Amino acid sequence: MTSIKSSAADMAAALAAGTTTSVELTQLHYDRIAQVDEEVHAFLYLDKEGALEQAAAVDAKRQSGEELGPLAGIPLALKDVLAQKGVPTTCGSKMLEGWRPPYDATVVTRLKEAGVVILGKTNMDEFAMGSSTENSAYGPTHNPWDLTRIPGGSGGGSAAALAAFEAPLAIGTDTGGSIRQPAAVTGTVGVKPTYGGVSRYGLIAFSSSLDQAGPCARTVLDAALLHEVIAGHDERDSTSINAPVPQVVKAAKKLDVKGMKIGVVRELQGEGFQAGVLERFHDGLDALVSAGAELVEVSCPTFDYALAAYYLIAPSECSSNLARFDSMRYGIRVGDNGERSAEEVMKLTRHEGFGPEVKRRIILGTYALSSGYYDAYYGSAQKVRTLLMRDFAAAFAQADVLVSPTAPTTAFKIGEQVDDPLAMYLNDIATIPVNMAGIGGMSLPCGLASEDGLPVGFQIMSPAMRDDLMYQVGGTLEAALLAKWGAPILDKAPVLAAR
Amino acid sequence: MALNYDEAVAKYEPTLGLEVHVELNTKSKMFCSCSTEFGGEPNTQTCPVCLGLPGALPVVNGKAIESTILIGLALNCSIAPFSRFARKNYFYPDMPKNFQTSQYDEPICVNGYLDVEIETDEGPKQFRVEIERVHMEEDTGKSLHVGGATGRIHGAEYSLLDYNRAGIPLVEIVTKIVGGTGKYAPQVARAYVTELRDILRSLGVSDVKMEQGSMRCDVNLSLSPIGSGTLGTRSETKNVNSLRSVERAVIGEVIRQSNRLEAGERIVQETRHFLEESGQTRPGRSKEQAEDYRYFPEPDLVPVVPDSAWIEELRATLPERPSARRARLKAEWSVPDKEMTSLVNAGLLDVVEETIALGADSTRARSWWLGEISRLANEKEVDPTTLITPQQVAEVIALIKSGELTDKLARQVVEGVIAGEGTPSEVIAQRGLKVVSDDGALMVAIEAAIAAQPETAERIRGGNIPAAGALIGAVMKATGGQADAAKVRELLLKHLGQFEKATGE
Repeated sequence: MTSIKSSAADMAAALAAGTTTSVELTQLHYDRIAQVDEEVHAFLYLDKEGALEQAAAVDAKRQSGEELGPLAGIPLALKDVLAQKGVPTTCGSKMLEGWRPPYDATVVTRLKEAGVVILGKTNMDEFAMGSSTENSAYGPTHNPWDLTRIPGGSGGGSAAALAAFEAPLAIGTDTGGSIRQPAAVTGTVGVKPTYGGVSRYGLIAFSSSLDQAGPCARTVLDAALLHEVIAGHDERDSTSINAPVPQVVKAAKKLDVKGMKIGVVRELQGEGFQAGVLERFHDGLDALVSAGAELVEVSCPTFDYALAAYYLIAPSECSSNLARFDSMRYGIRVGDNGERSAEEVMKLTRHEGFGPEVKRRIILGTYALSSGYYDAYYGSAQKVRTLLMRDFAAAFAQADVLVSPTAPTTAFKIGEQVDDPLAMYLNDIATIPVNMAGIGGMSLPCGLASEDGLPVGFQIMSPAMRDDLMYQVGGTLEAALLAKWGAPILDKAPVLAAR
Repeated sequence: MALNYDEAVAKYEPTLGLEVHVELNTKSKMFCSCSTEFGGEPNTQTCPVCLGLPGALPVVNGKAIESTILIGLALNCSIAPFSRFARKNYFYPDMPKNFQTSQYDEPICVNGYLDVEIETDEGPKQFRVEIERVHMEEDTGKSLHVGGATGRIHGAEYSLLDYNRAGIPLVEIVTKIVGGTGKYAPQVARAYVTELRDILRSLGVSDVKMEQGSMRCDVNLSLSPIGSGTLGTRSETKNVNSLRSVERAVIGEVIRQSNRLEAGERIVQETRHFLEESGQTRPGRSKEQAEDYRYFPEPDLVPVVPDSAWIEELRATLPERPSARRARLKAEWSVPDKEMTSLVNAGLLDVVEETIALGADSTRARSWWLGEISRLANEKEVDPTTLITPQQVAEVIALIKSGELTDKLARQVVEGVIAGEGTPSEVIAQRGLKVVSDDGALMVAIEAAIAAQPETAERIRGGNIPAAGALIGAVMKATGGQADAAKVRELLLKHLGQFEKATGE
């Protein structure tokens, strides 16, 4: 019997067996959303009409015996940073309030073609800048494990929707950890594919050279199934890689790591990491060793500079990417009283339309790119990026995959770090190097921290276009831990009050 | 006393720099598949990419890269094995993304040159203009400021934006500083832009119509006292939209700057606008508080890495250089200077060359294209080359040569072809325009003419050969122009016993 707690793979099997329909599944999730989302606030918009229509269309195709993709008819939550034709797309910003894109992002096109049912758009930090979803102009999302805590960010809405069983699948985007850190603090699975593995066309850019869309799910296999739907070359994105998609579904099903070398990154397990996080991380390492993997310690000394370099590159690119929000063509317009000049209206609109974190980064980036500072800031940061890639190359010469805790702590309280941007930035210390090098990264749950009983994330990093390796290790680790726990980790989450 | 041009260049050495923007004639825009067609309804040739909608991404137009490489090769540049686009950041409503995607410090073509020839007091002289770079960028949209007296943004009631032009591929060709021209700076500038325009036209990469803005020129100019060996502060004159204006803008700036220097004032580094009516320039914005464009490499585009084999393939397709071709054709056809200039200006070299290649003689080919066909084209206000093909013109000329058409009949044939009545032979058949060459039929007409003008016939018999003209004219009239006048003359004179006398003279 399928329920909202089933995996997407099980739901797909039930659909194929005819024991349920996509319309039924979709309605089931809307019912759940109606019950819990007032508290969780994972969604910014629900497209019930569109979703039920898509579900009915998939059911009809199935009835007529048409061949369908593995995720046809499965509901999904879409991060509000991806353009969906005709559906409000805000990026969590007041700036885009009411904007309905006239086109679909390539990821959305591929989801639609695969028969995936898009339930609605999920909450996020404004323009994907943040690690807590508190920077959303539409209010924070609450962590289903503890509603007083953050669900991570920027993709807190997508992760919370999975943890609260409001959707079995979600799409996130990850610029410095926005898929993996929310997955870590909500006990779910999140994958940042190799840069260029998934098209960025229609992904509203924060930092073009770092942004990457990826799958969010409750199991490694579900993430792999979704990965294969959205990945692949797209001629609309010149940075997308024209090569076959790594066989991640096959890899996720291998459940074998015998003889694989697991590189433990020395720089990502010391100071600043919560004791309970490190304990659970070591449980994960033990499980991999028991499964036949070999641990090697690797050193990536440049990682110490990754965060600083990231906070020059990402703001620089964002200062340029967000310049287009000037009220002239779309989005809100403030102060246009027929008297003011276009320039004044642009200023007023940007003053009103952007939140403080977005403004902070635009100012940082504008400064870093300024004449006279460019070489010292943006130029140096790019050099750090090259060094980071060399560190990874050296590490991958010693190990098949690299591992670390995903985030240094478990979920913190809403409001706790909101006035301390530097503390907030440190949440991404272990995830940022992956984006800077353009490689693949996955987070999956490895237990609950002893101090607070909150989920801990285990990060696996794989070389560029070898995403299959992290799925192989992730799938094996997940199976080993499930065997040890006897039940999925989300079963330990408190039951959300039904309304 | 203000210095005039001759006085100015007697004291000061001008240094030039020329930046030419060329709109490529690709079918689609630089970074999306929207049409580049001119004159569409505002904002109908747009898409998420060229409107800069959130999430949309650019993809480079391969044809634009090909055109730019061709330009670089024709200008003797090296083609960079690796070049990139950058973002030039500034806010303006007609820029959809509030940055322009443009090549910056890593252009696709570098270090070339173009030799141009000018007339000097000592005869023709060649100057080498060195090219610093040829790079690609996208055009912006167009603002229309409504209300207000000037049509400029200040004082306007409101502004309308048309993004059809946003994203049209542009190529910028920048010279290194051009020194050592002395008083010939205006001629060198004009000769360079002229030669550049002809090359671009021969490559077929742009319409290069200065008056329509598909080729725009900025003239940088500075002066230094002769012999000082220093470089003065330069001004950058924009809005120079014809070849003649290039020359006038240089003269205007030389006079303005020299008089400022004479008065002990300094030259301000600034953008100036050329005024077509007066030949002078007026100040635009000062560049001393230069805007900071915060250039950085465009992260949405991969670097341009052209394959060297492809570059060589393109090099092999380069057409003959226009100046070399003109010199060759001028010699081959033995054309006088003035007629050569007319052929070039009318854009008729290609069709004339083709007509000759199809067997026509050079004199007839030139005179038909420059004469009758151009006349008809002028009447219709169209390009003569769109009216009739070299094939058809060559056919008509062959018929004249073989005596099957007279010049007069041939004009009717050409007129018929242009009117769309079909090929020359179809027009001849339909209009019945064959030359009457049947001696019997002509003799009937000749005898009728003699009968009508017996006194004239008597005069001819008496040896007054020029009087034959009147009778020949009558015969031609009677045959509707379809007779060969030379034949008529021969038969008439023979009939009146004067043929031997006439040919003996």
